[in-house]
Amino acid sequence: MHAGIIFLLVIIGSILFHIFTPWYWTDIASNWKGMDDTITLTFWVGGGVFVAVCLFMIYCVFRYQHKEGRRAEYKPEDKKLEKILTWATTLGVAALLAPGLIIWNQYVNVPKNAIEVDVMAWQWGWQYRLPGKDGKLGTTQVRNIADNNPFGINPDDPFGKDDIMVESDVINLENNRPVKILLRSVDVLHNWYVPQFRAKMDAVPGTVTFYWFEPNKVGEYEVLCAEYCGVGHYAMRGGVEVQDKADYEAWLGEQETFEQLSARYEKLNVDGNKLAKK
Amino acid sequence: MSDEYDNNKSYQAQSSEVMDGSTGSVSPDIDYVRPSEVGEQELYHPHSFIEKWVFCQDAKVIGVQYFLTAVFTGVVGLILSWLMRLQLGFPELAGFMTAEHYYQFVTMHGMIMVVYFLTALFLGGFGNYLIPLMVGARDMVFPYVNMLSFWMFFVAVAVLMASFFVPGGPTGAGWTLYPPQTILEGTPGAGMGILLMLISLSLFVIGFTMGGLNYMITILQARTRGMTLMRMPLTVWGIFTATVLAMLAFPALLVSAIMMTLDKVLQTSFFMPTILKAGEVLEYGGGSPILFQHLFWFFGHPEVYIVALPAFGIVSDLISVHARKNIFGYRMMVWAIVGIGALSFFVWAHHMYVSGMNPWFGFFFATTTLIIAVPTAMKVYNWILTLWRGNIRINVVMLWCLGFIVTFVNGGITGIFLGNVSVDVPLSDTYFVIAHFHMVMGIAPLMVIMGAVYHWFPLVAGKMLDEGLGKWHFWITFLGAYSIYFPMHYLGFIGVPRRYFEMYDSPYMTSAVGMNEFISIAAFIVGAAQFILIFNIIKTLKTGKKAEQNPWKANSLEWYTSTVPPEHGNFGDRLPVVHRWPYDFSVPGAKEDYIPQTTAPSEVIHTEVEKT
Repeated sequence: MHAGIIFLLVIIGSILFHIFTPWYWTDIASNWKGMDDTITLTFWVGGGVFVAVCLFMIYCVFRYQHKEGRRAEYKPEDKKLEKILTWATTLGVAALLAPGLIIWNQYVNVPKNAIEVDVMAWQWGWQYRLPGKDGKLGTTQVRNIADNNPFGINPDDPFGKDDIMVESDVINLENNRPVKILLRSVDVLHNWYVPQFRAKMDAVPGTVTFYWFEPNKVGEYEVLCAEYCGVGHYAMRGGVEVQDKADYEAWLGEQETFEQLSARYEKLNVDGNKLAKK
Repeated sequence: MSDEYDNNKSYQAQSSEVMDGSTGSVSPDIDYVRPSEVGEQELYHPHSFIEKWVFCQDAKVIGVQYFLTAVFTGVVGLILSWLMRLQLGFPELAGFMTAEHYYQFVTMHGMIMVVYFLTALFLGGFGNYLIPLMVGARDMVFPYVNMLSFWMFFVAVAVLMASFFVPGGPTGAGWTLYPPQTILEGTPGAGMGILLMLISLSLFVIGFTMGGLNYMITILQARTRGMTLMRMPLTVWGIFTATVLAMLAFPALLVSAIMMTLDKVLQTSFFMPTILKAGEVLEYGGGSPILFQHLFWFFGHPEVYIVALPAFGIVSDLISVHARKNIFGYRMMVWAIVGIGALSFFVWAHHMYVSGMNPWFGFFFATTTLIIAVPTAMKVYNWILTLWRGNIRINVVMLWCLGFIVTFVNGGITGIFLGNVSVDVPLSDTYFVIAHFHMVMGIAPLMVIMGAVYHWFPLVAGKMLDEGLGKWHFWITFLGAYSIYFPMHYLGFIGVPRRYFEMYDSPYMTSAVGMNEFISIAAFIVGAAQFILIFNIIKTLKTGKKAEQNPWKANSLEWYTSTVPPEHGNFGDRLPVVHRWPYDFSVPGAKEDYIPQTTAPSEVIHTEVEKT
């Protein structure tokens, strides 16, 4: 079979695969539809270039196959053609870059009304902390982490007292309310990633990183670790439950604050001491 | 013919030409080539078997040594990829494999293929063999250092392979070796394994620097008379620019390897912040894991082009020779290679959009990354415009070139997805990335390597590889590799993260089971098909057809040596004198459809050659 035919089938196959693929995006459940749209745009422009270049190549393979005695054209340069191609490519690239940068600008500017969530990662698990009535999270330090202070909150920080502790790998979020995810890790790199929300960012020990999104579909989602973190990486899962305002607030009311947790431990300690005395 | 053009002026050149002994004949002034300014290099000829084949100073033998060692590591990398695909496609058959094994295989596969296979093959292998031949030199300028370079590489490979056999096994930190996990418990091979990896990388960089000095200085200083920079084959331009990149980029790797070794051995904290492990605070504090990533990618991104630029150069030459047409827009091609090389130092953090670095960097690095797409696209246009109105031989070499164009454009386009910062957010750390970089810097350069092997084998071994076997080799490899990596992009859209030992039961991931099985089967077949080449080489060496000199009717100097295969010193008594670029194919008025670089203008006086 002629080589050109096989190459042509490869290109046609690629297009058909793209049209009929059963493997595609998980349904989006956040505000980042712009990312999907930019991907679609890039598919059209980039895919168009790919198909055009390959078809031109295949045309040449058919049309200019070797014949004894025939001569190729001798034309080392074509300044005009090269200029046209350079500018057309530059324009195409700029058209793709522009929406990409616009969306990135939204990504790095967190809305004022976003609720902050402290996502703490370790090998291999997650836990979460929400601000209390004061709306502010207390500062933390790795060295403070202990049984009675699982998040390492600075005991002197007044903002920390009413922080809400979620010592579970599942966090609940309120639907249609922007969330600022504050990521930290106590050991190695991790990445808190929910495919349906599209967004992600590494958790880096020694610093706090962030990103934001606005969930817009009630439901349960799986959290995956998306930055390699050792042998348990593939099993480091968590969960998100997106709820309506009423359900969310009911859930929030059931959670323990740092103060309550400290008191519980103190009581445990006291009880423990009493037992020891007896 | 030359009589017509004989005039008094032509004698001006004569005296100097006699001085360097190259020619005593009278030549017309259109043939004038500046005399050489320095005397010829003295070569150390081998006196024993060991000096000839083991500790050899001939760049061609060193090139073959590099090539064979790199291919050996490549076969190891290939076997590791089989094991990974067995686990991903058919975990029930891979019961012997633990997560530790899997991550060790992932890591070693990545590091071997990028550094010890591709880099060593292109620069150490093709660079050593082709640079002196193509620029018309007798050897590299520092043959002894060149020999040391190979043996340093050999020791680096030995140390790397030794890590398979130490307690704890090789490192399983991922080829990017991101701290802190790389040197902590919880990552396989965090003891001896990672130390050997860091030592091996350091040795590789030292060895490479010895070779790189040779490639650069040979190209700059040892070109033959008439071989101006703008008459060099693009292969040489590609290897030269890649070498400059490597000389600037590898120090960043060396530095980060040294710092990490100190963090590991002496508990310094270059990259280590305060860390809580198993309830205890470790004796680290204040270091920055992101600093390592900057250093790593300052090396790592140019590294991509260290592999790509030689491939760009070589494929340009192969396409031109086998399409019987000059490479279209030679000057644009040269400037694109140099421009891509320079730009490649300003894009590194596009690997780090979601690393936690200051997010405002994203604007800068997305812009530089997409700018690099322009010269890269120009190269693609020029390759297909070289085919246009050509006289294309559809032989095995050309098939590999066409396969390269398809896979490279495919992988280049997906690069625009990943470079465009906000599009990268959902796709980074997923299988989309795996598919992208395997297509663009795995399969595409591999296509070029294979094309180059079929193209230059007649020169190296003096025999023609079997075309029939070559076609089977190509089609299985191309169709197989394409069906591995093209569908793999879509796993990334689903959101399947990379470096997962097991997919578990997430609903959107179980939908990928069928595809993973398919990909694994394709990977087994493609891997096995590479042994067709090894069989072909053995068969050809034993019973193959003897190659005539210059079987492809190419113009560049490597085909005009005194013997085939070329002996030590390459060009016999007299170095060639160059009168033109290597792309004078199908020149109107010429008798043959090619004019070698050594042909003087007066010999082809009726042709309409453009001045080069």
